[in-house]
Amino acid sequence: MELRQISRDITDWFSGSGPMSDIVVSSRIRLARNLAGHRFPGSCSVEEKAEILDVLKSVLLSLDLGDEVFYLSLDKESELARSFLVERHLISRHHAMASGPRGAVITKNESFTAMLLEEDALRLQVLRSGCRLSECAAQIDKIDSMIEERVEYAFSPRFGYLTACPTNVGTGIRVSVMLHMPALKMTGQIEKCLAAAKDMNLAVRGLFGEGTEAASDLYQISNQVTLGVSEQAIVSEFENVIIPEITEYEKAARKQLLTKQAEALDDKIARAMALLQNAHLISSQEALFLLSHLRLGLNMHEHMGVSTPAIERLCALGAPGPDRHRLSIRTINRLFMLTLPAHLQLNYGQPLDATRRDALRARIIREALNPQ
Amino acid sequence: MQCQICNKRTATIHLTEINDGVRSEMHICETCAAEQGVTAQSQMSINELLSHLLASQPSDDEMFGPSEKDQVCPSCGFTLDRLRKEGSLGCPADYKVFEAALVPLIERAHNGKSTHCGKVPTKVPTDTKKFVELSTLRRQLEEAVKAEDYELAARLRDQMKQMQ
Repeated sequence: MELRQISRDITDWFSGSGPMSDIVVSSRIRLARNLAGHRFPGSCSVEEKAEILDVLKSVLLSLDLGDEVFYLSLDKESELARSFLVERHLISRHHAMASGPRGAVITKNESFTAMLLEEDALRLQVLRSGCRLSECAAQIDKIDSMIEERVEYAFSPRFGYLTACPTNVGTGIRVSVMLHMPALKMTGQIEKCLAAAKDMNLAVRGLFGEGTEAASDLYQISNQVTLGVSEQAIVSEFENVIIPEITEYEKAARKQLLTKQAEALDDKIARAMALLQNAHLISSQEALFLLSHLRLGLNMHEHMGVSTPAIERLCALGAPGPDRHRLSIRTINRLFMLTLPAHLQLNYGQPLDATRRDALRARIIREALNPQ
Repeated sequence: MQCQICNKRTATIHLTEINDGVRSEMHICETCAAEQGVTAQSQMSINELLSHLLASQPSDDEMFGPSEKDQVCPSCGFTLDRLRKEGSLGCPADYKVFEAALVPLIERAHNGKSTHCGKVPTKVPTDTKKFVELSTLRRQLEEAVKAEDYELAARLRDQMKQMQ
């Protein structure tokens, strides 16, 4: 499959749908696995890597994954293609930047990826929009069991599934949710909330690595402990304790914004609209920052029934006639993803320097937010 | 671990200083670190985290006996020194070969736990399955007692007895 077949639209996990999607953008579960009788990829020779890759590729491609599947040899893909896959969260940055034989099996709906020869021989990933960890857990467990029928995993009775890094050993599970928390930042409470998450042994990261959490208000929260706690217990703690607690903080902050800082909120949304509708050069960081304010305004309208003058104008954006849909979260997310550097260049058909990317990004956003 | 400065908050920053070969450690919270002008890197990769854990461990001589320190994995040629530098292991057999050295490290990374609890591959021998299932039940029993859910604790205890 050509990457351009998927690059012109957003991936389903970023569609803005699903339970609690006003705050929980997406749910993801990853499993780390290795093969018995083989070294971990970091210590393998090229020949051993090729051997492991052959085994895993043929096993993965023989499974019924419920959707069309495509395979990418990452060592043969361009740097741009690999960056594109990172932007869509289909492979990790580590996998994109590594060297030597490695690959990825991806379903066409992008809900499932198997990274072959990442830090571990196999990293399975299931992604869904909204708060749907149980669904992710059921799907990944099913796929993992199907693979396990065909290969022998490295497993120890004491330490569980053996991984290259001892921080992943045991269940090898990494559960994470992507949360949009702009109100906590606007009200100056985000650091307190993130410190509380760290105290609960959770890791907090931005959407695309260092620095981007501040721009997009998107935070990825994941478990760090993978040993001595069952998969179900980790998922259940996220669903019953962690997510409800953190989303309650954000909801309270949104209410606080309305009661105590309504004008400041309106100002932020109005300024974001004005800039996005008129700018001719816009960096990726600035676009993430401004689109985050639009997402907050739309979500407050849809989920809390909020109607301030700026939010009213926001909801009417891009809706000049009866046939056009009002601005939706999906459109905001689409602009967010399709204007990321690798997406822009892949869809344009050639590499672009930073200034030309900023100009193209600004044009795409202007066209989407201004009535024709 | 409590912050060594305020003695109130949890220490989340662990500093190791080596001066003229003398090693000193400090464990402080983020607030006190900011007051002392220490900045913590917010985006720490898992491997960096492990390297920090390793750096805050006692030195090789203090931690491992001479035999462990110089031990080489017969399957992959891996040594503990490489683990310290690279933050990852060479092959599955390393977990057995370096078990004594790895357990304290694993316990620190996993909130004091060092025994698997959860899914088991269907292909493993029945004894292994039973071992993991019993460990899982033991862990659930501890949690039920901690939560004062004695009804659940009794059910788990009976289940364990049946298995044994």
